[in-house]
Amino acid sequence: MRGADAIVKALEDEGVKNIFGIPGGAIIEVYDALYDSGINHILTRHEQAAVHAADGYARASGKVGVAFATSGPGATNTVTGIATAYMDSSPIIVMTGQVPRSLIGNDAFQEADITGITMPVTKHNYIVTNPSELLHIIKEAFYIASTGRPGPVLIDVPKDVTVAEVEYNYPKKISIPGYKPKTKGHPKQVKRAAELIMESERPVILAGGGIILSNASEELIRFAELIPAFVVTTLMGKGAFPENHPLCLGFVGMHGSKYANYALTECDLVIAIGTRFSDRTTGRVDNFAPYAKIIHIDIDPAEIGKNVRVDVPIVGDAKEVLKDILKIIKYKKRKEWEDKISQWRRKYPLRYKNDGKLKPQYVIEKIFTIEPDTIVTTEVGQNQMWAAQYFKTKYPRQFISSGGLGTMGFGFPAAIGAQMAFPDKNVVDVAGDGSFLMNIQELATCVDFNIPVKVAIMNNQFLGMVRQWQELFYKERYSATCLRCKELRFDKIAEGFGGVGMVVEKPTEVEETLREAFEIRDAPVVIDFRVERLENVFPMVPAGAGLNQIIDG
Amino acid sequence: MAKNAKNTKNANSNSNDRYTISVLVENKPGVLARVASLFRRRNFNIESLTVGTTDRDDISRMTIVVNGDLRVVEQVMKQLNKLIDVIKVSDVTEKSVERELVLIKVKATSESRGEIVELANIFRGRVVDVSKDSIIIEITGDEDKIKAFINLMRQFGIRELARTGMVAMQRGEKVVSV
Ligand SMILES: Cc1ncc(C[n+]2csc(CCOP(=O)(O)OP(=O)(O)O)c2C)c(N)n1
Repeated sequence: MRGADAIVKALEDEGVKNIFGIPGGAIIEVYDALYDSGINHILTRHEQAAVHAADGYARASGKVGVAFATSGPGATNTVTGIATAYMDSSPIIVMTGQVPRSLIGNDAFQEADITGITMPVTKHNYIVTNPSELLHIIKEAFYIASTGRPGPVLIDVPKDVTVAEVEYNYPKKISIPGYKPKTKGHPKQVKRAAELIMESERPVILAGGGIILSNASEELIRFAELIPAFVVTTLMGKGAFPENHPLCLGFVGMHGSKYANYALTECDLVIAIGTRFSDRTTGRVDNFAPYAKIIHIDIDPAEIGKNVRVDVPIVGDAKEVLKDILKIIKYKKRKEWEDKISQWRRKYPLRYKNDGKLKPQYVIEKIFTIEPDTIVTTEVGQNQMWAAQYFKTKYPRQFISSGGLGTMGFGFPAAIGAQMAFPDKNVVDVAGDGSFLMNIQELATCVDFNIPVKVAIMNNQFLGMVRQWQELFYKERYSATCLRCKELRFDKIAEGFGGVGMVVEKPTEVEETLREAFEIRDAPVVIDFRVERLENVFPMVPAGAGLNQIIDG
Repeated sequence: MAKNAKNTKNANSNSNDRYTISVLVENKPGVLARVASLFRRRNFNIESLTVGTTDRDDISRMTIVVNGDLRVVEQVMKQLNKLIDVIKVSDVTEKSVERELVLIKVKATSESRGEIVELANIFRGRVVDVSKDSIIIEITGDEDKIKAFINLMRQFGIRELARTGMVAMQRGEKVVSV
């Protein structure tokens, strides 16, 4: 069969249900093959959004997300999406068209060296130089994207390969000499970890996104309850542990709660699982958990010892390792530590001033009180941090955010992907007015495919997070952060696209409007919350400061 | 990591220590670019890098000499290991034979030629070309020997210099293979 038909058949064999993308000359044969396929294709309106949507689909479902783009500008438009997925270890496949092999290197029309460009932001990438390698490469790509520490894989397919005759024999198994992820923890280190846990009087679990990627939430809950240990999560770890659980202290780091950051600073043992100790999580590294021994469990050996010193390194899959440790630890009461934490919790709750004005925190609280099962995606900035603070995640994959790259414009297309994975769930993008504009064109996609994503804009008419830094650290010199568009009507824009638009100006309207919006199941809904413009995200640990050097509002 | 490197962990590992790393890679297009890109992106410093095939056509061996402290070099090795095309990464700093081949074109007059050839002989170098006012010497050796010889040649005037970069192999039973 034609290379293009082999590609589509291989994707079917991999169980792909949805592809996000935009066609073009170099990939037209593949789209032709797709015409006869049962695979659903969502035509996005920008390739960046196609990749974010595939990423959102992957994060929500745990399956590999797939995006298509044509050569040249189509391919280069995917780069931010790929980098976003790479930083957060999200398993996606991006397939790009390429000019025919005979033209590569000639600066042909719409030629771009996309494998060269994406080398540093992919887990691996391929250019298919021989039609006979095509199926093998697709098989490898899915395997690499979804195993070990997951990540994006790009496959660049020259147009003549998609036309070439290919015999369809999709490989069942593959073996890559240089890729053998280790899932089982070293027994000696597992034992050492158990000993440290038993000795510890003030243990804290730092749960990262790796728990979610390894589907280890159940094990984590049993682990935390058995010790028992309080759990703090990174931004990516939100959802790894239910946030209504009495042992959960929520998320830590730059905008984590005071009690979570105090717990992590004062503990005598950090059990870090599936986290890379990003600077947003640790604060100043030499001030990080100064009294603690550190156990670090991660599937990626390169993360161990990269940012913080580690006493017990365990390379392995979070689920496997937790199961092993669970077998050899016992319950131990730690009353003093529990009391200390309760005290901090009582003394320093997360809070905001409820002064009758429309507060973004209040809107976010309402979203989850009305519909606790809601999948929330976020944009980047204050909206993201308020969502992380006030949306109490119940289950893994419920909170989806660009943590590593911090990509404005991620949340909306990611919500489209999440909605495609769970058509019946309520999916809300908590947005900022700046970020939403970066992929607002996807309203057309939602209308086209009846995707009922809700966009809740915390509209402060500022690039709010940057403005907050300018207020606190740059003497209120608001350089280029004021979005002077009072007249901008997001509700009308939504309507212009054929979606639904709503405006909320008073706290009393929030609940009713959200309920009304959540009822709509066949069109996108944009709700423009005209929030208090100068509201800040607190508490805050300034960049480069220790986790206990916290600024309050 | 080499045994003694491990033992000196937390001791005075110096940011100017020199490590030699052997990397077996799949002989595929782009693999050199991947390694080079990784070094650039992670801000690692390469002193030299050589590539050539092994006894198997499908596997190449790179020898990379890097400067840095132990932590940096450990990161280098771990990051290299993450590249899918990389099969094996070994620290061969300890107990290894290191060799580099150098071609040097030196200014030579009828007066100085004799002395240059004599020096080359002492270093077991070979004269591979002689012309009216210059001479090419081929010399192999470890870093110290090469440095010493190059320094000696400076007095005559070095017109051109080409180095292959270091290759290394551990002595005795230890082997770097798949
Ligand atoms: C693509 C991109 N460009 C720039 C930034 C830098 N940045 C971080 S937060 C922010 C402001 C975001 O503004 P908005 O979306 O309105 O959200 P708010 O902070 O007001 O909630 C900016 C510009 C970024 N994170 N991503």
